[in-house]
Amino acid sequence: MLQVFPDVKGRFGDFGGKYVPETLMGPLQELESALDEAMEDPSFLEEYHHVLKEYAGRPTSLTYADKMTEKLGGAKVYLKREDLNHTGAHKLNNAIGQALLAKRMGKEKIIAETGAGQHGVASATVAAKFGLECKVFMGEEDIRRQELNVFRMKLLGAEVVSVSSGNGTLKDATNEAIRYWVANCEDHFYLIGSVVGPHPYPRMVRDFQRVIGDESKKQFRQMEQNDPDRIYACVGGGSNAMGMFYPFLEEKSELIGVEAAGKGIDTPEHAATLSKGTPGVIHGSLTYLMQDENGQITEPYSISAGLDYPGIGPEHAYLFKSKRVRYESITDEEALDALKLLTQTEGIIPAIETAHALAQAFKEAKEMSPEETILINLSGRGDKDMSTLMEHFQEEV
Amino acid sequence: MLTKTSFQGKLTKTENLFIPFIVAGDPSPEMTIAYALRLQEEGADILELGVPYSDPLADGPTIQRAAKRALNAGMSLRKAIELVPELRRHGVEIPVVIFTYYNPVLQIGHEEFFRMLEENGAEGVLIPDLPYEESEEVRNLAEASNIEFISLVAPNSDQRIKQIAEHARGFLYCVSTLGVTGERNEMSADALRFIKKVKEFSPVPVAVGFGISTNDHVKLVRDHADGVIIGSKIIRLIESNLESIEKGNSDEALDAFSKEIRTLVQ
Repeated sequence: MLQVFPDVKGRFGDFGGKYVPETLMGPLQELESALDEAMEDPSFLEEYHHVLKEYAGRPTSLTYADKMTEKLGGAKVYLKREDLNHTGAHKLNNAIGQALLAKRMGKEKIIAETGAGQHGVASATVAAKFGLECKVFMGEEDIRRQELNVFRMKLLGAEVVSVSSGNGTLKDATNEAIRYWVANCEDHFYLIGSVVGPHPYPRMVRDFQRVIGDESKKQFRQMEQNDPDRIYACVGGGSNAMGMFYPFLEEKSELIGVEAAGKGIDTPEHAATLSKGTPGVIHGSLTYLMQDENGQITEPYSISAGLDYPGIGPEHAYLFKSKRVRYESITDEEALDALKLLTQTEGIIPAIETAHALAQAFKEAKEMSPEETILINLSGRGDKDMSTLMEHFQEEV
Repeated sequence: MLTKTSFQGKLTKTENLFIPFIVAGDPSPEMTIAYALRLQEEGADILELGVPYSDPLADGPTIQRAAKRALNAGMSLRKAIELVPELRRHGVEIPVVIFTYYNPVLQIGHEEFFRMLEENGAEGVLIPDLPYEESEEVRNLAEASNIEFISLVAPNSDQRIKQIAEHARGFLYCVSTLGVTGERNEMSADALRFIKKVKEFSPVPVAVGFGISTNDHVKLVRDHADGVIIGSKIIRLIESNLESIEKGNSDEALDAFSKEIRTLVQ
């Protein structure tokens, strides 16, 4: 039996905690008490689930991928369709939960960080829906790469703040969002997009994403009268994976998290935090991260902006160390091949992030027997990646 | 009652303290030594020697730029600590507090870190992202090595103020306003009430930092606290000297720097 984490100090085993400037300790405490109270309040959870159903369109389907199964000739392949969630990815589940909490705390202004823009779009969406003012911090390099999502956020009424510090990517946008929160914590709520950051964020985001795993378990048991033999999810910060894995931690299913190997984990250009990183502190949490020998945080690389993060949620660090979850990594090329294969076999265009989980799952499914089953969390759809995909596949299609 | 001796007995004053902050290696280790000497000449009582970090969460743009310059010049936590004996060799006698984010400390290892501080003769350490709840082991090691672990309190520390203040060593760093480091134009009545409250609980001098940038600020803080910490303003003076140093006019630049500091803290 696994211990229930996080503990009172916000730790998952050795990992997690609150490594933040003193000015944030007060706001984090305020958040923690409000969260505890909300999660004990049936009317809060009822409202959250109501919005998920009526607004986001949950539950999302569980699809048996018969053509894919046939093609691979091994295990039966199931897909949890988070791509069908409103705004096109799992990110909205968490944004809805935190926006409702912000309102309950009387905070009318939210801030968020974003890399690829999916969490920024989800935040701008809930801000529009619940009448909140929204500022999204985004690195200037990412703003250039993700023009379409920048426009979506602006159309939704959010302000997009360009971050030029550091290298102008997700890590720097997160730093800047935290800095802004430090100065404005009295009336602002910081809506973090992944299971990262100081306690209680990793726990809160997990608890607002566990709906993925809870639904999957119920749906899968109805269809197969059992749990999947293996479950796959991609991992950047790790929120879709945590949401999927958490309800299965005490079941017998093997859990596999897939990181981005970029151009290969033996090159300097990857984002495989668990495969190649070491323990340290990033964005207020003790976890694994990519750093140099002096403890300076280094820039990751992945073709998918959503996996392009030098840290990982502290609960993943714990699950890695305790070996409950197996972590693998997939290169840009492998991910793009899997993306194309799913698209042309099942008529589903997944996000490039998701394609990392698909690539690992397809590799393993071939070697499994037809009696075995696998479940892949299809965390988001690929619409946002069209310009990258055009660049890559133009000549082939 | 304030503790009379601290920093291994090297600090005997408990009021009217001037505590400047500079970043090690900004723009070079040689200039860091030169600036430290000038600050000592202008009456600095303790030197906060900042260690550049890739992700300085508590710092505004001015100190971020300084960190970037220092990192580009190859500075690291180890090299910053090893700069302390160099400072001594050139005549810096005031206590030195190593100001570093936690991750580089973690990579060196707690015990090795304190061994290095002791061996190189630093008297204090300040880790802005290691709050009271996470710092027990580090505080104990600091105590055992006779190194002052400097704590911070903020206006929103509320019930935690008493706990933090009562355990304070060396001096207590009072963050005057919410936000990151950087210059500001005024100090609020709330800030002054907060400083008064902190002083009630603190056994060590209470020094105020974050946003102190004019002689008026300095005088105001002096009336209410035991010391003033100045960071971003000094970094900006160093920044405005970059060009003349590059052109080889460092004596002139240092003289201008001294004059500015004198006006600031007179």
